[in-house]
Amino acid sequence: MVQEAHIPGTAHLPGPSETVAPAAAPPLQVDSLVKRFGQVTAVDGISLDLRAGECLGLLGPNGAGKTTLIRAIAGRVIPDSGRVAVFGASAGSSAARAALGWIPQEIALYPPLTAKENLRAFGRYNGMSGKSLNESVAWCLNWAALEDRAGELVRNLSGGMKRRLNMAAGLIHHPRLVLMDEPTVGVDPQSRNRIFEMIEALRAQGMTVIYTTHYMEEAERLCDRIAIVDHGRIIALDTKEALVRASFAERSQVMARFAGPAEAVSAWVANRGGRMTGSTAELSAEFSVDRPTEIASLLDEAAAAGFEIVDVSLRRPNLESVFLHLTGRELRD
Amino acid sequence: MIFPIVRTAIIALRRDRAALALSFILPISFFSIFAVIFAGHRDSMPKISLIVVDEDNSRASRQLLNGLQTDGSLKVITSTAAKPDSAPPAPYTNSTAEAAVKAGDVSVALIIPRGFGENPISFGPNSDPARSAPPIQLLNDASDQIAPQMVAGLLQKEAMTAMPSVMAETGMKYTERYLGQFTPEQRKRVDDSLNQLRQLENKPPAAGTGSGFGGIISVKERSVVGNTKNGSMISFYAAAIGVMFLLFTASGSAGSLLDEAESGTLDRVLSSRIDMTGLLAGKLVFNTLLAFTQLTVMFLWGWAVFKLDLFSHIPGFLVMGLCTALAVAAFGMLLASICHTRAQLGAVSTLLILTMSAIGGSMFPRFLMPESIQKAGLWTINAWAIDGFTKVFWRDQPVTALWPQVVVLLATGIVLFAIARRLARRWEFS
Repeated sequence: MVQEAHIPGTAHLPGPSETVAPAAAPPLQVDSLVKRFGQVTAVDGISLDLRAGECLGLLGPNGAGKTTLIRAIAGRVIPDSGRVAVFGASAGSSAARAALGWIPQEIALYPPLTAKENLRAFGRYNGMSGKSLNESVAWCLNWAALEDRAGELVRNLSGGMKRRLNMAAGLIHHPRLVLMDEPTVGVDPQSRNRIFEMIEALRAQGMTVIYTTHYMEEAERLCDRIAIVDHGRIIALDTKEALVRASFAERSQVMARFAGPAEAVSAWVANRGGRMTGSTAELSAEFSVDRPTEIASLLDEAAAAGFEIVDVSLRRPNLESVFLHLTGRELRD
Repeated sequence: MIFPIVRTAIIALRRDRAALALSFILPISFFSIFAVIFAGHRDSMPKISLIVVDEDNSRASRQLLNGLQTDGSLKVITSTAAKPDSAPPAPYTNSTAEAAVKAGDVSVALIIPRGFGENPISFGPNSDPARSAPPIQLLNDASDQIAPQMVAGLLQKEAMTAMPSVMAETGMKYTERYLGQFTPEQRKRVDDSLNQLRQLENKPPAAGTGSGFGGIISVKERSVVGNTKNGSMISFYAAAIGVMFLLFTASGSAGSLLDEAESGTLDRVLSSRIDMTGLLAGKLVFNTLLAFTQLTVMFLWGWAVFKLDLFSHIPGFLVMGLCTALAVAAFGMLLASICHTRAQLGAVSTLLILTMSAIGGSMFPRFLMPESIQKAGLWTINAWAIDGFTKVFWRDQPVTALWPQVVVLLATGIVLFAIARRLARRWEFS
C-alpha cells in the first residue's frame, strides 16, 4: 500500500511564497509562452493558470509540445517570449526551483548508486541534510514502496521500480508543485497501477500536480482539469465532463464495422454524416447520435443501401473522442 | 554545493571497482615497465656486442684487440658459443663473422686482416699505398645505425690509447722518411723511449679507462647532479607516465558529464539548487582529487619498489602534484564539454593526449628532441609537470624554484576550466 502520511518537514520548507512572492500567488501562471526550435514552434502562445491543490493533465500526442512546456516551467527551456511564474517567482529562479519537483520522462538517476544513495544525493543537491534529509528519504522510499530495495543499485532495479524511484527523487525536497512528464512510459500495467496509487496519495495530501500523458485514461483517472495540447497550443482546457459536453453535448457515438466495397461504403458513411476510422481494410466508421435508439435506423439504412454491418457498438464520448473531434486526428497519431 | 557532487562521484567510482582498480593499476604497471627498462639498471648499461676476427695476430692487432676487450661499452666476442650438441667453441673467421651479422646475432663485426701489424697506422692521404696496411673491415647490420658508428669511433680511440708504442714507431718512421735518418745517438734515445712506452702498455689497465694509457687529452668525469641519488630517473618516469595516465583518467572521468546529459540526470541536477558552475566545479574538485591520489599512489610505488626518495621531497611533491592534478582535471572537463558523445570523447582524447605526451616528454625525454619540438612541448601540460617534478626530485631545488611551473599549471587549469564552463552552456538551457 502506498504511504498516506504527510510529507515530513513540509511545514519547515522555506518556500518561494515566503521569500519572493505574495502568499496568494497561484502555483503556476503561464502567460503567452512561445518556444521555437529553429523552424519548429514547439510551444505556440500557451497561457495557463493552475489552482492550488489541483491536478492538471496535459493531454496530447507525441510531439504536441507537452514536454517543452514542462521544461519551460522547470526553467530548463528559455522561452522566446512569454512568462512563467511559479508561486510568483520566475521559472528557473532559485525560489521557483525550490518549490518545484520535476519528474522527467527519462530515468534521471545515477545507475551506480543505490536507491537510497540516489535519494540522498538529490536531497543534498536541494540543500537538505541531517535529520530532515533522513526523514525525507525514508518517506520517499515508503511512498514508492521501495523500502526493501533501498540498498539495491539502481541498475539492478526493475523498470517499474526505477520509474517509482525516479518519481520519488523529484519529491525528495518537499516541493509544492510537481511536474510529472509521462511517468508511466514503458511500464507494465501492474506498475502503472502502483504509480497511479502513488499519485493519488499525493493528491489526497493536496499536492498541486501537472501531469502530461498521451494516455487519455490516465488523464481521466487522475486529473481535475485537462488541457488538450496539439501543435504547441492548448486547444481546450476544462474538466473532462465539460470538454465532452462542449464537443458532443449529450450525443453518443456509434462505432460500426462494414462488409462491402470500400469506396461505396466510404461514400455512404460520408453521406450519412459519419467518418471512416482505422485502416481502409477494416471499413470501420463512427457516427454521432442524439439517442441510442437511432442505432436501429442506422442499421436499416445500411441494409437498404446494400451493406452489411458486421459489428456495432455504442459508447459515450471520451477524451479521445474530444481530441478527435477537435483535431480530426487520433490521439496516438 | 560542490561537496554533494564530489560525494556522489566518489560513491560512483567506489562502486565501479574495475574502473577504480584500472585507474591505479594501469599507470603503475606502465610506470614500472619504463622504470625497469630505462632507470632501474643504470649501472649495467647495455653493451654493444662486437665480433672481432684477428687474422693478423701481430703485436699491433693483439694490442688493438686487448684495447677493445677492456672498453666498458663493448662486449668483444672472438669465438662461437659452446652449443648444447657439444660442438666446441671455435674462433670466428671472416665468413662465420659475416654469417653471424647476417643472422642478427650481432650488429657489428671487425675483421683485422693479415698484414695489418706491418704498418697499422697511416697519417693522412699522402701515405704510400704500397706501404699501407690492408684496411680493417667493419661488417654491420644496416638496421642498427648506432652500433657501427660507436665501434668506428672506439676503434680510432683504441688506436690512440691501446697501442701508443706502435703509433710512436710509425711517427718515427715518418720523421725519418721526411727529415732524414736519425744519428746513432738519436736512434738510441728513440729506442729507449719506445721501450719505456712498451713497458707502460704492459701495465694492467685502470678500471674503466679501457687501457693503461690515459689518452691524449686527460679527462676526469664528475656528475654534479643526479649522480648521488638513488633512482633519480624514477621520479622522471613517475611524473612522465603519471601525467599521461592522469590525462586519460581525467578525460574519462569528466565524460560522466556526457552520460548524465544523455540520461537526463544533468537536467534534474540543474533543476535543483546546483547550477552549472557549481556542478562543473564539483566535478573539477573530484577529478583533481582523483588525479592527485593517482600520482601519490604512483610515487609511493616508486618509493616502495624503486627506492625513490619521496619523503625528503614532500613539499615539492605536494605543490607539483596538486598543480598538475588541477591542470589535467580541467583539461578533462574541457574535452568533455567539447565532445557530444562518449565515442567522440574517446577519439579526441586519445589523439590529443598521445600527441601531448609525445611532444611533452611523457614518452621520451624532451632534452633529446629537436629544439623546435622542445619548444612545441612547452604548450603541453606534460612538459611543465615533468619539469617541475624533475626540479624537485632530481635537481633538489626548493619549492620556491617551482614558481614558473606552478604559475603555468594553475593558469592552464583556470583557463581550461573557464573555457569548459563557457562551452557547457549548451547543456544549461535549450
